[in-house]
Amino acid sequence: MTAQLKKDTWTDVCQLDDLVPESGVAVRLGKTQIALFYWPKTGEVFALGNTDPFSSANVIARGIVGDVQGKRVVASPLYKQHFCLETGQCLEDDAVSLMTWPARLEEGQVLIHQP
Amino acid sequence: MTTAKHLVIIGNGMVGHHCVENFLTESESASWRVTVVGEEGYAAYDRVHLSEYFQGKTHQDLALGKAGFEDARLTTLLGTRVTEINREEHQVVLSNGERLHYDKLILATGSYPFVPPIPGHDNKRCFVYRTLDDLDAIASAASAGRTGVVIGGGLLGLEAANALRSLGLETHVIEFAPRLMPVQLDDEAGAILRQKISDLGVQVHVNTATSRIETSGDDRLTLHFAEGEPLTTDVLVFSAGIRPQDALGRQSGLELGERGGIRINNHCQTSDPDIYAIGEVALWQETIFGLVAPGYRMAETAASHLCGQSEPTFLGADMSTKLKLLGVDVGSIGDAHASTAGALSFRYINEAKGQYKKLVTSADGKHLLGAILVGDNSSYDTLLQYYLNDIALPEEPDSLILPTGNAAPQLGVDALPDTATICSCLNVTKGGIVSAIEQGCCSLAEVKSSTDASSGCGGCAAMLKNVVDTTLEARGFEVDHSLCEHFQYTRQELYHLVQVNQIKTFDALIEQFGQGNGCDICKPAVASILAICWNEGVLDAQHVKLQDTNDTFLANMQKDGTYSVVPRIAGGEITAEKLLVIGQIAKDYNLYTKITGGQRIDLFGAQLHQLPPIWKRLVDAGFETGQAYGKSVRTVKSCVGSTWCRYGVQDSVGMAILLENRYKGLRAPHKLKFAVSGCTRECAEAQSKDIGVIATEKGWNLFVCGNGGMKPRHADLFATDLDDVTLIQTIDRLLMFYIRTADRLQRTARWMENLEGGLDYLKAVILDDSLGLASELEQQMEHQLESYACEWKTTLEDEQKLKRFRTFVNSPDADDNIVFVQERDQIRPATNEEKHNLIATA
Repeated sequence: MTAQLKKDTWTDVCQLDDLVPESGVAVRLGKTQIALFYWPKTGEVFALGNTDPFSSANVIARGIVGDVQGKRVVASPLYKQHFCLETGQCLEDDAVSLMTWPARLEEGQVLIHQP
Repeated sequence: MTTAKHLVIIGNGMVGHHCVENFLTESESASWRVTVVGEEGYAAYDRVHLSEYFQGKTHQDLALGKAGFEDARLTTLLGTRVTEINREEHQVVLSNGERLHYDKLILATGSYPFVPPIPGHDNKRCFVYRTLDDLDAIASAASAGRTGVVIGGGLLGLEAANALRSLGLETHVIEFAPRLMPVQLDDEAGAILRQKISDLGVQVHVNTATSRIETSGDDRLTLHFAEGEPLTTDVLVFSAGIRPQDALGRQSGLELGERGGIRINNHCQTSDPDIYAIGEVALWQETIFGLVAPGYRMAETAASHLCGQSEPTFLGADMSTKLKLLGVDVGSIGDAHASTAGALSFRYINEAKGQYKKLVTSADGKHLLGAILVGDNSSYDTLLQYYLNDIALPEEPDSLILPTGNAAPQLGVDALPDTATICSCLNVTKGGIVSAIEQGCCSLAEVKSSTDASSGCGGCAAMLKNVVDTTLEARGFEVDHSLCEHFQYTRQELYHLVQVNQIKTFDALIEQFGQGNGCDICKPAVASILAICWNEGVLDAQHVKLQDTNDTFLANMQKDGTYSVVPRIAGGEITAEKLLVIGQIAKDYNLYTKITGGQRIDLFGAQLHQLPPIWKRLVDAGFETGQAYGKSVRTVKSCVGSTWCRYGVQDSVGMAILLENRYKGLRAPHKLKFAVSGCTRECAEAQSKDIGVIATEKGWNLFVCGNGGMKPRHADLFATDLDDVTLIQTIDRLLMFYIRTADRLQRTARWMENLEGGLDYLKAVILDDSLGLASELEQQMEHQLESYACEWKTTLEDEQKLKRFRTFVNSPDADDNIVFVQERDQIRPATNEEKHNLIATA
């Protein structure tokens, strides 16, 4: 019963085909905008808030992905701050971070876990 | 409060100006006020580069003084002469009758050109070559003429000949002595120089004495010589030497030399301790110094002495010179004529290349006493350091001037003492450079701005770089040129790796030559290199992940996440029909419109998913992408040109359109801006662009490496009177060389400043093909341009690429966080506060 409930909180947001390798796309869930990044070398998908805290614009999905100081990151396309893909933490400002959601691939679908 | 003491400086030339600048920066000068009296109507300007006035430079370009040099203590009276000095009353009398009291007086009146008393020398077609007014008068007399003659084959005479030649006159040089530049050169050097100058079309007559000048029937001049046929000319310029402008010294009874010049002591004081004399009017130990560097030293000495300092003193100066006359290198050091007892000479002559090099050493061959160089000045800097610092010569001194196949042996910077002068214009020593580095300067640019080294004639640029690099290395300084943490290479090195190893993708490059996964620094840089080398579309699948958002979506992201759209409007020329199309699209999509500085139209406020339909309509109407988003060729701005303008001399719009269509789409380390002006009035502001083209009667003058922006830089004149084909060939080579060698995000101005050898080196590579690269550069450019395709057109034809242009991949909705308000009848992004209120009231 618990397992069933847990499975229900995983939401199907788009297809694998919609993702771009080593780059981002945006989805919306109600009022929430989520940036999805696909890391094909490991098959991982990362889900972060799409709103850039420094500009309040919904642009995180359009940043360049890479690694800095050993952390996998996305760079905001506006003012170039880096955010850790795994934790959402901003590398330039300890006080700033993006929301993150667990995400995974299943049978060609992208699933996001909503608490 | 005590009244400020008053310093009056007579003369507003280079030396007078240098003295004022130095004096006012001394703290002891706080209690002084300064009045400068200048006879010319212009503020002080660079007389050394006077001939560039005819190549399009203006008084403003030549003006001296650091930008914003203003001081409340300083009064400058231009267009004013001092007619009398009254030493007893401590007063000077001005040409307007006014009298000024002085506490101290500095004479920096310079010199005047000597005009030999040949009958007819005062004809209205006879000129001298000293001031901007002289140059204006020469230009106006030359405008309807065919022929120009310079009397005097010395350094200034050859400068004047170059000026006449650049005015389009058939030019003659008349020299009384048996060779050109008799003071600096010997007979063989003079002969080589004469040959080189004759090859350029300047006719040289040595051993020729002019006996009289007559007006011919058609208002021209006929020169009669002691021997030989007379010569008819439209313009005659006297350049037969200079004389100190010492009239005020004579009038006021100061001690003069037998042949003129006001005597000074080691502090530059005249026989009246309250009066100083500096520059070409001053006579120090029976010598007049006709060069700018010794004048500057005197200016600094006088300024310090006025402030109560007994140091520095003026103890004479080296008169060695290095210059380019009519494009020919000439250098002369020390005892060029080997007049020292027992001196030995070593000579190298290459008639094929027109080169002459001569060393004069002490009898034991250990010390350099002098040198002459014609046709190749590459060893000048090294020889000058041997000479000035009395460094022991190598066992075979001639190895310094003989061709070695490899680079000539360079004098190691370590061998130089700290007192060695590196920049003689600004008097910067090796010690000064080393101490600038010890105080924290870590690059050539920082050393330059801290010490002013190499900001005068620029001749020391290569030597300066050498000293900076060596000093930094000696201090264990590792100058890190790595692009980022993923690549320990510069952009230029990566470019070579990609080309040599035929690398086609970022993944292959980082696997072989880098580490990690890349980042927002290296990915776009490598994408640009790949685009140049292999010419593949930036949106091809394997490159998509490398691009900045602007390149990915072929539009410019604005602060609210919307994009702006800029169609190409080549040369700023657009039809009414196309204007209507843009207007209708802006209206239909509610876009904010603004005219850009590059003469096109920017449409703001489009969301990601709106870009393809907007571009579909633009492409259908015949527009192409303007590439405003790329590090690539942007616009070619133009004035309206000869087609409509009554002043225009060439079709600047036609040339602008040709250039813009030729180079559109070309990717570069940074954006590139061009402009074409139809005449010298320069309405298109071409001299502030990377590539600036200005029409002349005969073709086009090309200016390069200018920019506006954060650190503006005037473009440098690169080549003159080019025809269309040569203009384009030159731009092809220059741009491709820039693309191949510049650093990431380095605009052409900084690139050129950082090239070892600067502008001269660039000219050698591009115009003289010194690296043998020219045809390769042209071919590569041709290859680039052949494969141009409008990125928006190809994107619209590709369903897979269009998939990227979705605001959300799971919804057709727009981003409801993008909110506009109205301002001046158009949209603008709402502020956070406005958004809040709008949502609250909704």
